[in-house]
Amino acid sequence: MTTKAGPTLAADPSDPPPPAVRLLRRRGVEFTLTVVAVLLSVYGYCAVGLAKNGTVPPGATDYGAGLGMLALLAHLVVRLRAPYADPLLLPIAVLLNGLGLVLIHRLDLETPADRAAPAQLNWSTLGVALFITVVALLRDHRVLQRYAYVSVVAALALLALPILFPPVNGARIWVRIAGFSIQPGEFAKVLLALFFASYLAANRNALAYAGRQIWRFKRLQLPTGRVLGPIVTIWLLSVGVLVLERDLGTSLLFFGLFVIMLYVATGRTGWVAVGLLLACVGAVAVGWLEPHVHSRVEDWLHPFASIEAGQGPGQLAQSLFAFAAGGLLGTGLGLGHSILIGFAAKSDFILATAGEELGLAGLAAIFLLYALLVERGYRTGLALRDPFGRLLATGLASIVALQVFVIAGGVTGLIPLTGMAMPFLAQGGSSVVTNWIIVALLMRLSDSARRQYDRYDGPEGAGA
Amino acid sequence: MTKCIRRAAALCALLLLALLVNATRVQVLQSRTYDDNPANRRPAIARWGQPRGDIVVEGRPVTGSKDTGEQLRFERTYRDGPLYAPVTGFASQTYGTTFLEHAEDPVLDGSDPRLSFLPLWNDITRDQNAGGEVVTTLQDAAQRAAYLGLGARRGAVAALEPATGRVLALVSRPSYDPGVLSGNGPSVAEAWARLNGDAAKPMLNRAVRQTYPPGSTFKVVTAAAALDAGVVRDLDAPTRSPAPYTLPGTTTSLSNEVEGCENASLRYAFEWSCNTVFAKLGVDVGLGAMTDTARGFGFNNSGLRIPFSVAPSSFNTRMDRAQLALSSIGQYDTRATPLQMALVTAAVANGGSVRSPYLVERTTTATGRTVATSGTRTLRQAMNPATARRLRELMRAVVENGTGANAAIRHATVGGKTGTAQHGIGNSGTPYAWFIGWAQSDDAVEPQVAVAVVVEDAEAVRGDISGGGDAAPIAREVMRAVLEADDQVQRSFRGGEPRDQAPPGARLTNHDHHLR
Repeated sequence: MTTKAGPTLAADPSDPPPPAVRLLRRRGVEFTLTVVAVLLSVYGYCAVGLAKNGTVPPGATDYGAGLGMLALLAHLVVRLRAPYADPLLLPIAVLLNGLGLVLIHRLDLETPADRAAPAQLNWSTLGVALFITVVALLRDHRVLQRYAYVSVVAALALLALPILFPPVNGARIWVRIAGFSIQPGEFAKVLLALFFASYLAANRNALAYAGRQIWRFKRLQLPTGRVLGPIVTIWLLSVGVLVLERDLGTSLLFFGLFVIMLYVATGRTGWVAVGLLLACVGAVAVGWLEPHVHSRVEDWLHPFASIEAGQGPGQLAQSLFAFAAGGLLGTGLGLGHSILIGFAAKSDFILATAGEELGLAGLAAIFLLYALLVERGYRTGLALRDPFGRLLATGLASIVALQVFVIAGGVTGLIPLTGMAMPFLAQGGSSVVTNWIIVALLMRLSDSARRQYDRYDGPEGAGA
Repeated sequence: MTKCIRRAAALCALLLLALLVNATRVQVLQSRTYDDNPANRRPAIARWGQPRGDIVVEGRPVTGSKDTGEQLRFERTYRDGPLYAPVTGFASQTYGTTFLEHAEDPVLDGSDPRLSFLPLWNDITRDQNAGGEVVTTLQDAAQRAAYLGLGARRGAVAALEPATGRVLALVSRPSYDPGVLSGNGPSVAEAWARLNGDAAKPMLNRAVRQTYPPGSTFKVVTAAAALDAGVVRDLDAPTRSPAPYTLPGTTTSLSNEVEGCENASLRYAFEWSCNTVFAKLGVDVGLGAMTDTARGFGFNNSGLRIPFSVAPSSFNTRMDRAQLALSSIGQYDTRATPLQMALVTAAVANGGSVRSPYLVERTTTATGRTVATSGTRTLRQAMNPATARRLRELMRAVVENGTGANAAIRHATVGGKTGTAQHGIGNSGTPYAWFIGWAQSDDAVEPQVAVAVVVEDAEAVRGDISGGGDAAPIAREVMRAVLEADDQVQRSFRGGEPRDQAPPGARLTNHDHHLR
């Protein structure tokens, strides 16, 4: 939008200095929207208290002040260090995180023995702190390109780490140290996106144009083994580790991320075909070999099988009941019964609470918030000039998009269920921290993207 | 690269679209099927999430609700549970609802749309109405008199107001406390197993769900048929009936417990309960007319609701003459609920027309606005008014001179009929003692109460079991309780003294540990 204003303004050098700078910075918009996001969260918190106890909860001011302080700090750092950054990213992140805290707090009220909201607030604070660190210290995203191999080693190490720890609920994806449980795979996905972006940016021409043609009319061309080798090896390693750990949601995410980034880097449709083929083969093989996955597929195909067998509804059936109970407008915050879903209500199934208590209207709004976040990521990718930045922005946006689709599709019965965390919304420290880092990186990338337009369109650019 | 990023974005847009379409499917298009799934706990949570409305007897609720703070939050409690169990039934989180709790469930749990001023508005706001109240027609004193009268014996009592059909008492013993079935803990399952395993069947509502051979009390029906059909025109004329009486087409002979039944008049035969006379009368009336009269009183009606369903009482419509003869004295396969026999005596007391019995006076919202009222309805004309007048005379004679002397009340006109019903293989079972009757204060314009009592006692010595000895005193106490209650109402209008000198409630000193 703003980019189109540029050429017309630049056409007449005698014009007064154009308002392009202010248009691209838009920090006031960000501030206003962030305040709205904080107020909406506090409003939700009060609504829960009113619904459950008939009074505005005493913690409302503390909660509002805490969230507001975090948001304000983040905003101030953005204003100082990334003034051109996209003004929508921070408010969306604040709103989703705030809403997540409200929903977790709301579910805490049903399970007084297992309160998760305070921990989530601490993790959110850590996430915002990391956000601030990244935005403040990382002046240019291209610096990250140098750490491609460091990050891939770190990613593989993080992925491998949980093998040393006992499994939780059938999946070896947690590391428990001193009372904290961390999901290292969450951090690994950012590192892997970084590595893919860096590697593909460096080798995209070799990947796209060198190597043997195995299909006529150049539809599919295999690059030389020297170029493709490392990337496939690393991808296989990461996915292999995940299969061993039985975290199929994340492995599905890595797979999708890999295919999208390869496609964007090379521009070859053939990669998508190969990716889909591999995905099908992999899915069938894993579904056949791995009982954990097999049962997930069975649950997806027959969500009410356990009811018919007289064992009561399973988690997916309970989740569907919750969504159905919400209907178009929802029962209202605090007035649903999604706690019936059981132990994963605050993590994997938190979307069911949103669906039940906010209805289809609220759910669609949440989906659109994610869609806006993803769209802003892709827009940043489109606007950037350097291949690494473009690929990194695309990759980060794709992580969010795929993750939202996999988990939301799973809990609403669209695709088989895989245990994953809804970005920002679900209980999970590693997840919320990782997502704040993703948003921080997107902020940095969008700052670069819009700054260059500013230079190009601004008075100096026009004069040059 | 730009094109590819755009395509990746387009893919994400497609995924978003798929999510939205699927969410719409689950939340809107197919939500009804998910809501209606029996495994979905939400309807139960909503149902027990607020206190149930109360069932009211004479202005006082006999039920209550207790907040347990559990998922199915409010549990039902009962005041004098065993006393009112045949009326209230139970409302259990685990085992559902019965009787009034079942029949009036939508009002009690607040789901009845009539409880709301704007039913559609509730659909939008998802508000639930507070549970409404169910006001019964029961008279507390009559109910207690019947319950205490039966005491430890098995049996049932049903009492009606003849002119309206209002049910004044409905008692079944042994009884149980419906409160033990409230909630969902292990104690509820234990109580359920214990009550169902009890040989005395405490959860059986003997007043409306159990049929008994009515024995001699059925002679009221036979007499009505004979008078209506013109088989008997003069109460005092001999009936030309032999004693003993050989059942038509058999060699079986039927005898009497009393003397003087040969060629007895209808009056004598009714007063002293001559089997031979009524067996022959039934045969003389014929199967068609007997069936019509029995149906007129309410036999063979499987659709009766008060508002919960009443087990149909039966009079066989396909019998030979010997079977008809036995059926005419309430044996063979004639069976009646106590409520049905109360209807028979109420029809006599009410000039021959049978008022549809009802137990719910009205239902109201929690704030007292009336939702629905039950009106008096005539079911059928069971007999001519003239026949009813003559039957009243006969029934009065039973109490004044005959087998029903134990039912007499001072300063009141009482009519009745005793019965002793044989049952079991070869009549080996302990006979059931019956009494049906009606009563009218001397200064009242019409009979105020009709009552049926059955005692199926196992304790008494067989020869002692008789309607006059066992059942009539219980009926008397119930009728007296009603007359006294009416008297109290009249006295409060007139400011006069009660005619019966006994202070109200004095006879109910038989302390029963179930009561309060």
